[in-house]
Amino acid sequence: MPEASLAHPEDARIEAAVRVVLGSMAGDLTAAEAALLAELEELGRTVASTKQEIARLKVDDITDSHIPRATDELDAIVEHTAHATNEILDCCEVLENIIPRIGEEQAQALQGVTTRIYEACSFQDITGQRIGKVVAALKAIEARVASITGRYMGSREPPAPEAPPTEGRRLAEGPQLPGAGISQADIDRLLSDF
Amino acid sequence: MDKNTQVLIVDDYKTMLRIIRNLLKQLGIENVDEATDGQDALAKLRNGNFGLVISDWNMAPMTGLDLLKEVRADPRLKNMPFIMITAESKTENVAAAKQAGVSNYIVKPFNAETLREKIEKVMVHA
Repeated sequence: MPEASLAHPEDARIEAAVRVVLGSMAGDLTAAEAALLAELEELGRTVASTKQEIARLKVDDITDSHIPRATDELDAIVEHTAHATNEILDCCEVLENIIPRIGEEQAQALQGVTTRIYEACSFQDITGQRIGKVVAALKAIEARVASITGRYMGSREPPAPEAPPTEGRRLAEGPQLPGAGISQADIDRLLSDF
Repeated sequence: MDKNTQVLIVDDYKTMLRIIRNLLKQLGIENVDEATDGQDALAKLRNGNFGLVISDWNMAPMTGLDLLKEVRADPRLKNMPFIMITAESKTENVAAAKQAGVSNYIVKPFNAETLREKIEKVMVHA
């Protein structure tokens, strides 16, 4: 196994020790055992090659550029939709201020319309939460990539331990995909059943 | 319900706070205060005189479920009507909220009629 492929001195020491032991046994090996040793050596070369390929990955591009750029873009989407939603809500509030000054029939119609707009504007909360889930997934990928490559690039610092999540945090998953969650009617039945 | 009842709405999305506040106004409820997470809400509840909490679930640092548990564990607040309005729509979420003592549970996106119906229901039993 080429020693240059090993990023850590302790890996090289372990490998050297194993080679010495195997080398000392070579004269006593049967044909089957020699074949097995050859297989093990080939496997070792494959592992070393994979280590080199991982170490050569441009991880910095992923962790310093691609993922931060993607999360910034997603944050910008949330910001823009929040801005647009607030503009819509501003307009609704202006319309509601007109209601006392118009006839009853028109007032009822206008009230109904503004209510529907308020209900529709809750999309911003739902989309914001969905985008938040995507950002969290990207950050998890970033951390996993950094962990795997750091293993072969000299950094072996273990991640800082996290406090165990509360039940509320553990169960918080945000909006479900269409068809995956339960309906308001199902929830009402569940509450009455307990 | 008494339209003068002070209501605390809790959500980390400012637009959702505004939407709920406006829908409550349409129901004639204008005595409304806001908080942006469970800790903020708990401080306001302990120092205030609220008659109803309407809370989101997924907030940081304190979630709505953890807020609910704190409320039910507080001798002065334990009987406070508490409605969860959340996008969390799994059976285990509803079960956990019920176990913790939620008064009612509304899944987002919701409509004004559902909000009115649930408020009236919990305030009748308050």
